Amino acid sequence: MPPVLELRGITKAFPGVLANDHIDLTLEEGTVHALLGENGAGKSTLMNILYGLYTPDEGEIYIRDQRVEIDGPNKAISLGIGMVHQHFMLIPVFTVAENVMLGVESLRNGIFLDPSAAASRIGEISQMYGLRVNPNTYVKELPVGIQQRVEIIKLLYREADILILDEPTAVLTPQEVEEFFKIIRSLVDRGKSLIFITHKLNEVMEIADDITVLRGGRVAGVTKPSQTTQKELASMMVGREVVLQVDKQPAEPGDVVLQVENLEAVDDRGNAALRGVSFEVREGEVLGIAGVQGNGQTELVQALTGLRNILAGSVHIAGADLTNASPRKILQQGVAHVPEDRQQDGLVLSFPVSDNMVLNTYYKPPFARYGSLNQKQILAAADERAREYDVRTPSLSIPVSNLSGGNQQKVIVAREFSRPISLLIASQPTRGLDVGSIEYIHRRIIEKRDEGTAVLLVSSELEEVMSLSDRIAVMFEGEIVDILWADEVTREQVGLLMAGVKGD
Amino acid sequence: MSTTVWERIAERGGISPQRARTYGFIYLAVGLLIFLLFALSTSPGQRTTFAFTPGGQSNAIPIPDVSIPSGFLLYFLALVTLFIGSWQLARGFRRINVVLGIVAAVFVIAFLTWAARDSSLNVTGLLSSSILRAVPIALAALSGVLCERAAVINIAIEGMMLSGAFTAALTASIAANVWEWESTFAAQTFGLICAILFGGLLGLLLAVLAVRFKVDQIIAGTAINILATGVTSYLASRILAQFSHLNSAGTYPRFPIPVLSRIPIIGPALFEHNLLVYILLPLLAGVHILLFHTRWGLRTRAVGEHPKAADTLGVNVFKIRYVNVTLGGMVAGLAGAFLILGSVGRFDELMTAGKGFIGLAAMIFGKWMPFGGLGAAMIFGFADALQTKLAILSVPIPSQFLLMAPYLVTMIVLAGVVGEAVPPAADGQPYEKD
Repeated sequence: MPPVLELRGITKAFPGVLANDHIDLTLEEGTVHALLGENGAGKSTLMNILYGLYTPDEGEIYIRDQRVEIDGPNKAISLGIGMVHQHFMLIPVFTVAENVMLGVESLRNGIFLDPSAAASRIGEISQMYGLRVNPNTYVKELPVGIQQRVEIIKLLYREADILILDEPTAVLTPQEVEEFFKIIRSLVDRGKSLIFITHKLNEVMEIADDITVLRGGRVAGVTKPSQTTQKELASMMVGREVVLQVDKQPAEPGDVVLQVENLEAVDDRGNAALRGVSFEVREGEVLGIAGVQGNGQTELVQALTGLRNILAGSVHIAGADLTNASPRKILQQGVAHVPEDRQQDGLVLSFPVSDNMVLNTYYKPPFARYGSLNQKQILAAADERAREYDVRTPSLSIPVSNLSGGNQQKVIVAREFSRPISLLIASQPTRGLDVGSIEYIHRRIIEKRDEGTAVLLVSSELEEVMSLSDRIAVMFEGEIVDILWADEVTREQVGLLMAGVKGD
Repeated sequence: MSTTVWERIAERGGISPQRARTYGFIYLAVGLLIFLLFALSTSPGQRTTFAFTPGGQSNAIPIPDVSIPSGFLLYFLALVTLFIGSWQLARGFRRINVVLGIVAAVFVIAFLTWAARDSSLNVTGLLSSSILRAVPIALAALSGVLCERAAVINIAIEGMMLSGAFTAALTASIAANVWEWESTFAAQTFGLICAILFGGLLGLLLAVLAVRFKVDQIIAGTAINILATGVTSYLASRILAQFSHLNSAGTYPRFPIPVLSRIPIIGPALFEHNLLVYILLPLLAGVHILLFHTRWGLRTRAVGEHPKAADTLGVNVFKIRYVNVTLGGMVAGLAGAFLILGSVGRFDELMTAGKGFIGLAAMIFGKWMPFGGLGAAMIFGFADALQTKLAILSVPIPSQFLLMAPYLVTMIVLAGVVGEAVPPAADGQPYEKD
């Protein structure tokens, strides 16, 4: 049987970059082919070529041994290729049915939209693949996991049999990932062929049939899960040996830096999010907050950094009462904050890289004097920080939005770490980053700890919390269920606590 | 859980307790205002006459004028409002917006009763002229809806209307007086079509600037406005002022609709207009159906909300925007032509006087819906008509203040009543393929 899709020698150059350099890829029918690579390795370019968004400079595409030219999404769709983009392409104010039928509308009398016809076909597809969703709800009312189902239904509705999934698990909770893998298996069972783009190694090992690793626009290796290990894949991706396990010495805790007592706060909808949270973090230790997303972690970090009103309880940092203090006051107390949503809260996307590097100190000398900014000093400091923290950018004066996710995060880390700090609050510091960047940021956090900084780490990745923390606090429904020594617990114990099961 | 009285009241109306209370106090204040300002300043013998038959010839079955003692009616209206306010505070209303509308209407009636004490007020005439003034605003709003639903802000409606008005006046006059067409109707329709086409041309210009060259849409629109103001004013003073036969398009004749126009009050107010007025409703209905029940509409709204998503599904974002902005320009041209052929008959410099901008306000007030825009336009049209009426009644309010009324209403409505209106998500953003 011929492969359902074959890419031969695909080459695409952008000004200054060779994004794809003679890439070959073979997708067999009814299999999952993982496309692995760091950010900037050329995965997205390759998939955009396949989906007709870019035209390749060289190379050929074959579908079931037929040479094809793909000059636009319409052509890709007609060839049975569908793509779930990393950032969902859904219209929040449309219903599921409207979203699904956009572009291939069912019509009554050749004029009027017929949402019910679309809805009944969506019903059939839901049934067949176990993708439960109500066609008449508005997409904005759906959780992310269900929105992803809608994206997949969109492809199946167009009768795609080659499905490209671009980092589909980046936005999902661990439970949703499980659910998602079930869906993938049911798609494969029915003969669909999938290209699964990711940089999460454990997922590749679990779900893929074949693996192609890209690095710097070239194929760095082709293998199968049965013939490789996570460590080998990681070094293929990065091009050198990678330390997956964080290497760290036992902590030497000092005085209490952050003291939180009986903290209470509500979420955006006014429901109780923190119900009497108490803990402390000492100099030179990492306290990790584990928990399934949405159990109050976001609100906790916001309350500590002055971004959310505290209704009861107190926050003391280095002895000073900073309950409901302004963010700037808290920052001046020596608190660094790596926020959960870097694009929303961590950066001013339209500002240049250089300005983003000094957002927390721009108002002080040497960056500002007598109310005016000294660009020379800012650029000099930014240049130094970019070097020190390995921020890869063609220029410091381009908008920070042009950088990759990993480099954006490094800008934040560079900014937050480049001044004397006593407390580091890092929320989801490696979300959506590639292996190389994760390793780098982990190392920097441990370095800070070893310098005597108190570190509060919030992450929904249990692996991350387990490997970085000295103590682990588990949050469930706005409360700290338990605080444990990291070297005395197992993954399973923490997992049970995260699910609200308290064993004695 | 125990709920307070306020929470229960608020729950009835589906609003927050604070708002429920505020509404109650506002109603009481309005009642007091009617009492203090109007009722107390009438003298016992004064009577207000409400006339229900418009001046001039009318088909409607005549009904007699009603004459009421002004003071009596005002005391009654004040009491009604105070009662509504107390009820709101004590029990709460279920249909909060309807009650708000009723109180506003009562206040307007009270004001008119007071203004027309010792004289007569033609209710039907007032309504009829409100409609006439609402039409161009509703059309301007529709033009805005067409453009902004595809995420292009059209601030140039004012200029497109002005150009449309000029074009209609000039071309209709040329057809009638230079080419000496026999039928005035044909000449006027020629002017109408020219205005629509010229509006479409300006729309296309805006589309090229905003979609093709990604110029900031506010700046592109402002440029078109300034261009239109300058060129029409120049040409009007150079050509139209010297050759008056080039500025005598006239208006379409009134066409009373059989049967319907004979209904008292409503008949003359709604069904004794010229053809252009009657076009409005089918046009609004047509656009509404197109927007919400056809493929073009679904794609337009998708492009307005999330152009990238539409693009990945093979929808041509640029094409949709070109088409919609051009259509929007055509509707704005029609709105301009209405000022000539449906209302004034000749072109005056700057005759749009901000109607295009008020149309944009009506579009927002109407939440980017064709009929929502009409509803808002009616309010503005009424304020405009009232202003002229009051000037005739010689109310002791300076005329400059009366002239402000429509604009004042625009601001109050935009700032206060509408609250948060949600525009299409991509409104104003140029689309770039990356």
